Amino acid sequence: MKTAEHDVLVIGAGGAGLRAAIEASAAGVSVGLVTKSLLGKAHTVMAEGGIAAALANVDERDDWKTHFADTMRGGQYVNNPTMAELHAREAPARVRELEAWGAVFDRTPDQRILQRNFGGHKYPRLAHVGDRTGLEMIRTLQDHGIHLGIDVQMECTVTRLLTDGNRVIGAFAYEREQGRFRLFRASSVVLATGGIGRAFRITSNSWEYTGDGHALAYEAGADLIDMEYVQFHPTGMVWPPSVRGILVTEGVRGEGGVLRNSEGRRFMFDDIPDLYRTQTADDEEEGWRYTQGDKEARRPPELLTRDHVARCIVREIREGRGSPHGGVFLDIAWIRERLKDSESHIRRKLPSMYHQFMELAGIDITKEPMEVGPTTHYVMGGVRVDGETQMSAVDGLFAAGECAGGLHGANRLGGNSLSDLLVFGKRAGEHAARFARANPRSAPDGAEREQVAAAEQDALAPLERQEAGGSGVGAYQIQSELQDLMQTRVGIVRNQEEIEEGLEGVLALRDRADSVAASGNRAYNPGWHTALDLPNLLLVSEAVARTAAERKESRGAHFREDYPAKSERWGKTTLVVRKGSGGGMELAEEAVTSPRDDLLRIIEENR
Amino acid sequence: MASRTFHIWRAEAGEEGGFQEYSTDITEGMVVLDAVHQIQAESAGDLAVRWNCKAGKCGSCSAEVNGNPRLMCMTRMSDLPEDQPVTIEPMRAFPLLRDLVTDVSWNFEVKKAIRKFKPRPPDAEDGTWRMDQRDVDRVQEFRKCIECFLCQDVCHVLRDSQKHDEFIGPRFFVHTAALEMHPLDTEDRLADLRKAQGVGYCNITKCCTKVCPEHITITDNAIIPLKERVVDRFYDPVRNLFRIISGR
Ligand SMILES: Cc1cc2nc3c(=O)[nH]c(=O)nc-3n(C[C@H](O)[C@H](O)[C@H](O)COP(=O)(O)OP(=O)(O)OC[C@H]3O[C@@H](n4cnc5c(N)ncnc54)[C@H](O)[C@@H]3O)c2cc1C
Ligand code: SF4
Ligand code: SF4
Ligand code: FES
Repeated sequence: MKTAEHDVLVIGAGGAGLRAAIEASAAGVSVGLVTKSLLGKAHTVMAEGGIAAALANVDERDDWKTHFADTMRGGQYVNNPTMAELHAREAPARVRELEAWGAVFDRTPDQRILQRNFGGHKYPRLAHVGDRTGLEMIRTLQDHGIHLGIDVQMECTVTRLLTDGNRVIGAFAYEREQGRFRLFRASSVVLATGGIGRAFRITSNSWEYTGDGHALAYEAGADLIDMEYVQFHPTGMVWPPSVRGILVTEGVRGEGGVLRNSEGRRFMFDDIPDLYRTQTADDEEEGWRYTQGDKEARRPPELLTRDHVARCIVREIREGRGSPHGGVFLDIAWIRERLKDSESHIRRKLPSMYHQFMELAGIDITKEPMEVGPTTHYVMGGVRVDGETQMSAVDGLFAAGECAGGLHGANRLGGNSLSDLLVFGKRAGEHAARFARANPRSAPDGAEREQVAAAEQDALAPLERQEAGGSGVGAYQIQSELQDLMQTRVGIVRNQEEIEEGLEGVLALRDRADSVAASGNRAYNPGWHTALDLPNLLLVSEAVARTAAERKESRGAHFREDYPAKSERWGKTTLVVRKGSGGGMELAEEAVTSPRDDLLRIIEENR
Repeated sequence: MASRTFHIWRAEAGEEGGFQEYSTDITEGMVVLDAVHQIQAESAGDLAVRWNCKAGKCGSCSAEVNGNPRLMCMTRMSDLPEDQPVTIEPMRAFPLLRDLVTDVSWNFEVKKAIRKFKPRPPDAEDGTWRMDQRDVDRVQEFRKCIECFLCQDVCHVLRDSQKHDEFIGPRFFVHTAALEMHPLDTEDRLADLRKAQGVGYCNITKCCTKVCPEHITITDNAIIPLKERVVDRFYDPVRNLFRIISGR
């Protein structure tokens, strides 16, 4: 078996993985980087709206404290306060660093990095490049990284972490191309594998988002937290059916786009949560002024947090005021009433949205409203890490980016993911390098051989079942059933009965997944790959369902129609998921970390 | 719902390969990639295809559809003639790995050899730079590239003449142009362009520009200006004399 040895192995080449690899490499250790797809194709490339950082280029009142307070409020105060603080403090430097590496952000009139408004951010805070910010970010990191001597293995999927007691010692993977197995030995490992969105039917996420990092960490003995918090983005495409779920950036609303129901009413004005009442515009006029940069104006209700906007949309649809294809209307074309050159303005500010609707739905967004509805987008939950070092409960195992939990609490603000990737990608890389230096991996032992043999066996099982002529079910079938189940039972609006049905369903699918078979051979075989991703997807689905059933309140992205209010008891509780000694999934309640006094004061001052 | 017929290229690496016929039901709004996925789920579980975003943003799903280099996720079924089968083949300028998936690793190697971004010292005390939007517009056009490599696929210098060792292809002229025209960059790539990167092989057929899904005007905005810079530097006698005299 082809074997590689590195000080630090980074799994995942999105923003978080690339940033971690760059940092570790800069620290002078040897770095390996593996990714399931080609370099530059990870989810990060799809991000549209921008990177949140309190640069204060557009509104000089902004600072890290306000960003911190916004992040905590958006997360409903169950965030890891250390992470929220470091994130807000360090994001500006991380964005400037991208410029030093060649990124070309849109500019302010005084030639600095331009920033735009986004939901839940008090000031215009998102550094951006039109609506293709993720592309700019991943390409900048990629082009910087390829000159640093990082050993990149593309199209290679890790299926198991190797451990020695409570210490990570490497990873087992297969090459997608030929199906050959690979062994990576490493002194420390950074997980940067992204999210779990493939567990749901309607999603903005690609085939890659099968919760691999979550599952790898769980199996290795790390804790997962906050798994009940899955973000449904309020605006995904709803028509035609084949594009259902594809994201429509919040940038549309940031640029003045409004939501209307079938009666033409701006329904977002109908329900404004208490936490945000003082920050929200009184009328349409004030809202418009805000989007055009009037510093005296407050934000329109379309720019409330995603969890809230998504639920309002669901309410309109359920109560029969939806659009023809089961969404609501998102209208940016209306700004022609206010701006002379509105058409070219829209095309310049939202080029890829223009393109996307024109080519996929035949709709010209400069002239007509779009139809939109909620789509699964992001998982706040993830591997529990130390807020400063990003190390998990397993020695030498780090996590950063979407697969790590804590920063976003119960709901992530738009733009706070790209900044998360940079801030904590860097930290993870730095500390993984430090750990590797201080604790070099000792020679391989029998334990490694055993684990590798078991991993090989698991990986080959679906192909062997097919050869044995078993009446195996296909992986696509099970994945599809799982997506329907999670979408309908553990989706945006939840209740005890449905979640429990969902959980039972997941467990039943897991039994059937044991007999999944894949036809064909090992060379670039998507059926086989899907079969190998399936256990991860089932595991994270189980974690989401179990925690959602447990949390008997509504908070952020977790909405329970049977417990629609927030509860004080649950506001103090974090749900932790880990593998129990008997092999089954265990749930534990732990106290939410309370912020330091100075941070509490900042939160108070920004109420 | 109407059933449509597809001829999809099936082959293992190193094999001859050939088209296989499939049919599947097409509903409103479907794109070619949807049809391929449906065929995969219904009757060809091991049909190899790359994709990620399904929205024209990642550049993974490049293929030749009815002979035209396209992103499968941005090609609507309703735009293809209904009276004939849809043919789907891998990009032909790259070695086949399997079915619709090709080995594009050469592109990643080429990029490594291009001199990286080297900014001038920061303009402001706080380590930041000042750039005008007008001056970055041009570079931003090039930076829209999603690395789908469709332009590389159609360029005859690569596809027919196989000059992979002497010519970096339109994608990397776009990349080089983005660096050369970056307001902050101070590196000099002209000698490389002329020699190792073979900009002279391009005879401005504009095939690359025609297929670019990001509508980057590759030839006019990137390649021709680069060619002009090379000519100015290496073939302009007056300039050369000036350089010799001034020592610059
Ligand atoms: C359409 C869309 C728009 C968005 N817009 C914004 C925005 O404007 N602002 C913002 O802040 N956020 C945005 N987000 C969210 C943000 O883009 C993601 O959360 C973020 O990019 C995740 O980055 P990451 O580095 O954690 O993971 P990714 O970028 O997803 O990278 C994961 C990497 O891990 C690899 N990987 C996964 N599993 C394995 C395995 N088993 N073995 C080997 N490799 C593996 C993958 O191949 C990939 O390279 C958006 C998301 C989407 C989908
Ligand atoms: S214009 Fe030049 S680079 Fe583009 S396809 Fe023609 S020869 Fe190739
Ligand atoms: S320049 Fe255009 S065609 Fe070429 S790789 Fe980039 S996006 Fe694709
Ligand atoms: S799947 Fe991303 S461009 Fe087609």
